[in-house]
Amino acid sequence: MLSRTAENLYWMARHIERAENTARVLDVAHRTSLLPLDIEGTQAYLWYAPLNITGCAGSYEVKYGLARADAVTHYMALDPDNPASIYSCLRLARENARTVRGAITSEMWQVINDTWLEVNRLPKEMDHEKFRDFFDWVKDRSHLFRGVTLGTIIKDIGLSFIKLGTFLERADNTARILDVKYHILLPSVSDVGGAADYYQWGSLLKSVSAFEAYQKIYRDVISPQRVSELLIFRDDMPRSLHACMDEVEAALIDINGVSGQEARRLAGEQHAALHFGRIEDAFGRGLHEYLTDFLKNTALLGREIREAYLSRRHNMLSR
Amino acid sequence: MNTKSLKKYFNEMYAGNGSVREIYEPYTRWLKDLPDGTLKRRNAEAELLFRRLGITFAVYGETDDVERLIPFDIVPRIFGASEWQRLELGLKQRVRALNAFLHDIYHDQEIIKAGIISAHQVLDNGQYRPEMQGVDLPNQVYAHIAGIDLVRVAENDFYVLEDNLRTPSGVSYMLENRKTMMRLFPELFVKHTIEPVEHYPQMLLNTLREAAPPNVAYPVIVVMTPGAYNSAYFEHAYLASQMGVELVEGQDLFVHQQKVYMHTTEGPQQVHVIYRRVDDDFIDPRVFRPDSTLGVPGLMDAYCSGNVALANGVGTGVADDKSTYLFVPEMIRFYLGETPLLSNVPTWRLSEPEDLSYVLAHLPELVVKEVQGSGGYGMLVGPASTLAEIEAYKQRILAEPAKFIAQPTLALSSCPTLVESGVAPRHVDLRPFVLSGKEVRIVPGGLTRVALTEGSLVVNSSQGGGTKDTWVLED
Repeated sequence: MLSRTAENLYWMARHIERAENTARVLDVAHRTSLLPLDIEGTQAYLWYAPLNITGCAGSYEVKYGLARADAVTHYMALDPDNPASIYSCLRLARENARTVRGAITSEMWQVINDTWLEVNRLPKEMDHEKFRDFFDWVKDRSHLFRGVTLGTIIKDIGLSFIKLGTFLERADNTARILDVKYHILLPSVSDVGGAADYYQWGSLLKSVSAFEAYQKIYRDVISPQRVSELLIFRDDMPRSLHACMDEVEAALIDINGVSGQEARRLAGEQHAALHFGRIEDAFGRGLHEYLTDFLKNTALLGREIREAYLSRRHNMLSR
Repeated sequence: MNTKSLKKYFNEMYAGNGSVREIYEPYTRWLKDLPDGTLKRRNAEAELLFRRLGITFAVYGETDDVERLIPFDIVPRIFGASEWQRLELGLKQRVRALNAFLHDIYHDQEIIKAGIISAHQVLDNGQYRPEMQGVDLPNQVYAHIAGIDLVRVAENDFYVLEDNLRTPSGVSYMLENRKTMMRLFPELFVKHTIEPVEHYPQMLLNTLREAAPPNVAYPVIVVMTPGAYNSAYFEHAYLASQMGVELVEGQDLFVHQQKVYMHTTEGPQQVHVIYRRVDDDFIDPRVFRPDSTLGVPGLMDAYCSGNVALANGVGTGVADDKSTYLFVPEMIRFYLGETPLLSNVPTWRLSEPEDLSYVLAHLPELVVKEVQGSGGYGMLVGPASTLAEIEAYKQRILAEPAKFIAQPTLALSSCPTLVESGVAPRHVDLRPFVLSGKEVRIVPGGLTRVALTEGSLVVNSSQGGGTKDTWVLED
């Protein structure tokens, strides 16, 4: 496969996944803002979380100052000037798809193209209710895209690069949500199992569609340690780090190729750490440190993948 | 030349006496029985389909709506089998002669020696590429893909308006128009026996395979595009996917020891045939424009060494130039020993003083074009222009007469077209696509372009023209 095609497929998938994750993060912030804030939370405190998760707090502050519900929502959902906004992600996903139209199915293209056309038809001003609908819609489009992809595309390495993009992005996002939320929620754990915990950790679980899974698996009150275990180590939880790295490793094995040796080694190492790791050890080290390491390794893996497959600096003589 | 006789337009649907021409009878009967508003409704459906599929075309110079749709008209243009056969023979003949001409001028230049065309006309032409002198191409084919623009002025009178031998576009619209028509009007395809066009990509793939360097058993073929922002990008991607080959940009290719490779996820892979939709000027910054970022350094070296084939070949522009156009009938006689089956439009060359003075005196009734222009940019349509426009154009001509040619304003045939007020006649032309490999191939029909503005004779999509599905009926 052409390196540039692989690159476009990879980024197309990453941007769709990123749009979905941002919608999830914002959706939870909106839900949470409806709850009585009995922890030392203020509105500003609450609305920094989505900015921190997506790493765009700095650029937001330059433009708007303090975090406010309406400004953060607009900035992260629809602002074309924010390269990480849902709007920008959908634009970039479409641009990547457009460049590799021959490598994706016409059904996939139609979903991406329709999504882009529709997001441009949205009213400029949206209220709270409208935004909730919008987040649902973004999630739906992402689900639709994934379904159409698996249902129509040929199972070759093109699909492997799409999976690579999807699951690296998802792993990155789950780790960030957990990290940032953990930071914010930690002050309230004096009262484990209390109502605040139920709502706060419950909303975190909901943001990654893991609330029902949690109830099913643990059948117990929500505790930070179990939430972390679920989202890091459980391989049966589709948005957990372990499940994502399962997919990343499998995709890299399918892609193969001599230049990918280091990428496969890194992915294998990271996967093994999740496969054999224990939540007690992660907590022992400190969850924040654990997740920071994970994010660092994921970024390293991403760089190595670009180097091995996506770059266009081949040297004939070394081959 | 008597321009008066051309003023009466030939209507494709109606014969001179107002009765429906035989080939249009089943269609008109169907149209008459159609409930009111059906056409408009289906037209809206068609537009939605095109938009969703992303079949778009960028028009240079427009900033707001970069991805514009080429308007699609849902009334088909119909040819009878015998009508088409005559055209097909003429088109194949013309393209064979044009390829023979290109081979000749890049080798022994017999046609110059024979005094049929001047050395100046060929060698001083900006599109003549001295780099190609003496380079042998497989099957002696230079223009593998030719788009020949035809216009009709009467029942049996067709003229070739121009030959497009560089990177002719539009074939994806021919294919998508058919697909859309079959989806919107399946009943019409039951009523008529229409020659299929859907196998064009396979035909193109065969043609490209035949263009490969001779000793390559399984040539690797790619389509090369200037990129996603090119106006015809949709078509490049479309053809690549229909043929099942990679769509590459210059940055995906590199040359090593006179061979061309593409960067793949498994490392470098050699490429043997490049269907390039990038102009000569931009394909190799080492040989042509040094500022080009669209090309591949060293590509010409690999090409001239015979390790890679380019379709179309380099230097074809010298044969589709509007001043070379004049000599095509002579080429047919010279190379093939045949009588031309398709006529040229009478053309005045403004480099000739006599022609110049005639043209300057008759500008309001003529069409003047730049010799090397294309796409309907920078032309003067006398009858449709204001006095001020004509005067301004006159100054341009006087500054450099040799850059222009003039032709009578042709009475392009008209075809019923769906417009705001209902179905009304609009002028059309036809661009069939002729493929040359070991043999010359052509799918029946081509792309019909239609000038949607009442009375307008400019059909180019860059000037607001639309397209129609073109049917060739089987006997």
